[in-house]
Amino acid sequence: MMSRNPDRIFYGLCLAVALGLVFLVLGIGFTLLSGSWLSLKKFGLAFIWHRVWDPVSEEFGALPFIVGTVVTSLVALLITIPFALSSGIFLAEYAPARMAGPLAALIELLAGIPSVIYGLWALFYLVPLVRWVEMKFGAPPFGLGLPTASLVLAIMILPYAASITREVLKMVPPEIKEAAYGLGATKWEVIRGVCIPYSLSGIVAGLLLSLGRALGETMAVTMVIGNRSEVPTSFWDLANTMASVIANEFTEASKDLHLSALVEIGLLLFLITLLVNTLARIIIAKLQVK
Amino acid sequence: MKKWWLWLVLGWWAFSGGALAGKITLLGAGATFPYPLYSKWFHVYYQKTGIKVNYQSIGSGGGIRQILARTVDFGASDAPMTDEELAKAPAEILHLPMAIGAVVISYNLPGVPSGLKLTPQVLADIFLGKIRKWNDPRIAQLNPNLKLPKLPIVVVHRSDGSGTTFNFTYYLSLVSPEWKKRVGYGKAVRWPTGMGGKGNEGVTGYLKQLPGTIGYIELAYAHQNRLPVAALQNKAGNFVLPTLKSLSAAAKTHIPPDTRVLIVNTDAADGYPLSAMTWILVYKEQAYGGRSYERAKALADLLWWCVHEAQEYNEALFYARLPENVVAIVEKLIRSMTYKGKPLRP
Amino acid sequence: MSRLFYRKLKDRLALAAIVLLAFLPAFPLFHILYGILKQGLSVLSWEFLTHLPKPPGEPGGGVGNAILGTLMLAVMASGMAVPVGVLCGVYLSEYARGKFGEVVRVAADVLQGVPSIVLGIVAYLWVVKPMGHFSAFSGAVALAVMMLPVIVRSTEEILKMIPETLREASLALGVNYWRTVLKVLIPTGMVGITTGILLSLARIMGETAPLLFTAFGNPFWNLNPLQPVEALPLTVFKYAISPYEEWILQAWGASVVLTLMVLGLNLISRFLAWRLGGR
Repeated sequence: MMSRNPDRIFYGLCLAVALGLVFLVLGIGFTLLSGSWLSLKKFGLAFIWHRVWDPVSEEFGALPFIVGTVVTSLVALLITIPFALSSGIFLAEYAPARMAGPLAALIELLAGIPSVIYGLWALFYLVPLVRWVEMKFGAPPFGLGLPTASLVLAIMILPYAASITREVLKMVPPEIKEAAYGLGATKWEVIRGVCIPYSLSGIVAGLLLSLGRALGETMAVTMVIGNRSEVPTSFWDLANTMASVIANEFTEASKDLHLSALVEIGLLLFLITLLVNTLARIIIAKLQVK
Repeated sequence: MKKWWLWLVLGWWAFSGGALAGKITLLGAGATFPYPLYSKWFHVYYQKTGIKVNYQSIGSGGGIRQILARTVDFGASDAPMTDEELAKAPAEILHLPMAIGAVVISYNLPGVPSGLKLTPQVLADIFLGKIRKWNDPRIAQLNPNLKLPKLPIVVVHRSDGSGTTFNFTYYLSLVSPEWKKRVGYGKAVRWPTGMGGKGNEGVTGYLKQLPGTIGYIELAYAHQNRLPVAALQNKAGNFVLPTLKSLSAAAKTHIPPDTRVLIVNTDAADGYPLSAMTWILVYKEQAYGGRSYERAKALADLLWWCVHEAQEYNEALFYARLPENVVAIVEKLIRSMTYKGKPLRP
Repeated sequence: MSRLFYRKLKDRLALAAIVLLAFLPAFPLFHILYGILKQGLSVLSWEFLTHLPKPPGEPGGGVGNAILGTLMLAVMASGMAVPVGVLCGVYLSEYARGKFGEVVRVAADVLQGVPSIVLGIVAYLWVVKPMGHFSAFSGAVALAVMMLPVIVRSTEEILKMIPETLREASLALGVNYWRTVLKVLIPTGMVGITTGILLSLARIMGETAPLLFTAFGNPFWNLNPLQPVEALPLTVFKYAISPYEEWILQAWGASVVLTLMVLGLNLISRFLAWRLGGR
């Protein structure tokens, strides 16, 4: 009996810690909810589609930021897709094994560069470039705004999306590829006809995970988005994302309602990323069953 | 073998505890407007006394929020607290003026290295988004001898809660009825046009980097970065450049005992119309939240030093010294600071 | 015959397009490294690494306080996240059967996806507000929460890879389960667990967003966990958006230091993982 006791204690400890993790997540949700109570009570659901963010008259709506976040993230994803897929396909199918390993490692290292450094780089190298393009197109030459933020996001999520694509493609069983080659298919036909359809849901899940990253990305976007709290009317406009408005205003909000509205934006951001990530996990879970 | 990290932790605590007991670090946060000045002052003060002052320029709105939440020893703001904000405070808060600065209209215009003149109405219409090109006839009329390029005007404003914004928008509300109706004034407003930069630093950064921009910043930022500033027409009808002389001229006016007053749109004929005082905010009763007497005393001593010896550093950094009449009021206010009812500087 | 030619042509064209698209993004990614090195190396010096910053407009000064602060935040965050994360991983691998284990795994996955700025808000509401002031501790809490899911999942996976026979051998010798875990399983999986910890550290060392309203920044040396502390990413952000040329240059310099720290951790963990795989 004595010898079983410490085991029980150890089991209890592990269980407590695991419970703690669950409560941590619940606690985060609860804290965000209670922190945004003031704003929830005052504006209700209309907060989501209200388009005015006016700290003077204490009128707060999240639409400008939701639009900013969704537009920058989706555009970034669209830009990234062809490059990420190509890189993934190249590494998984074309590159010789000796080259693919180090290349993939290099890509993952680049994914580790802190986002504030991407922001620094974008501010001094990407902004003049975008400004030049805007002059050519006759758009207001801000250099900052939605296009710059989308571009830097695209660059940031690319290594991540590429390495997931590679992992997924590598999971395609060699037998079915061999079978296709045996029928006389060219390499591209095998990739298009066998590999991509086989791993399509995995690739989609990987892209969703990348989207989840882009949605919550803060620093690099804050530095180049232009911080304008209005619903953007064109793609060249300045904007604000949910994350960037929090970074800009959180320590500075002097009124309780303002702070509460910012916490509610945090809550919405939490829910949106949760939704996207959950979708990706469901797809992956189905994949593993198959 | 397992104990080594325990010793490490213990050593760390002992070390940091010792550091804590030895020297006090005062924590302040708020306005970015006086940041260059404060960082100079506190650097000198540290070398003189060994007392560290950690000042973070997070914006006046933040300074007020943090002092209300008692997360800092002092807040800093370029806008006096409103009655509503003061009502929320857990105890009486004192406004201590520290220096006089100017909000300047700075711009980045290829071909126009300096010399831009603006009237309050034109300024308001630029920030309302009604004047959109640099070669607009209304600007050209005021500046007949400048070669204005055909460039779109890009307005840069603050993205954070800021006393600089408060002074600027308060001024625009005084001079433009349309501004007052459409936008109003505050530490953060709903801007009709333009991009936001974080802090005076951020706005200045954009002004330096992007041609065609116009924005409002603190005078010191313009000087340190060699940015041109516009002459503004004051109430008396004169076009005045922000200089130390025109700033103090603007400040020679009646200051109430609680010092909560804005000095924009001055009557003085040679006064710059966008002059602004900047305040440090502290609690009158310093014994709260378990603060030690030493900490409270160190704060009072620091503030006393700031409005006396420190003032000699103002002019090199383009802030005007506090006029005699204001110093007298601040001395009285600092003397009224107490710890458990006893004055800290009798 | 022409149909075969057409198919072969298509194969070639696809290859060309893929190679082109795959290598195009290398340009911006390497340009970032180039930018950091080109601008940053010029300011690196002993003074830069060991001195305090100077007031704006004065030349010289360094980021010593930020380097120390980043290390301190990393140590504190690990101190909180490692024991909790490893024990949680042990639970998932050794004890979790059925529904509750799934719940814990989902919780870890949710945590993994929470944007870092949201964790900053939470740490502000949990630690800064009740304590009444900004502190290194509150920053470390936010970072520890970010580290947790990586440590939990990597520990679980490593422990699951250990053959069942090892557990049985230990138990058969009469060793308690908890001793088996601590003295046999964890040492066996040590390399893998360390890899997970280092990866999670690399993830948080460059984080800025959650520190904005927790660790807050501090222009002086500070080792007191209850005081605000500077961190390298905060310095980069503050200096990058500033108008002072010296500061902008120092932002690049700080980026070099930060990148080396993060890439170094990544490389070490990769090396460990490679050795693990080799065995």
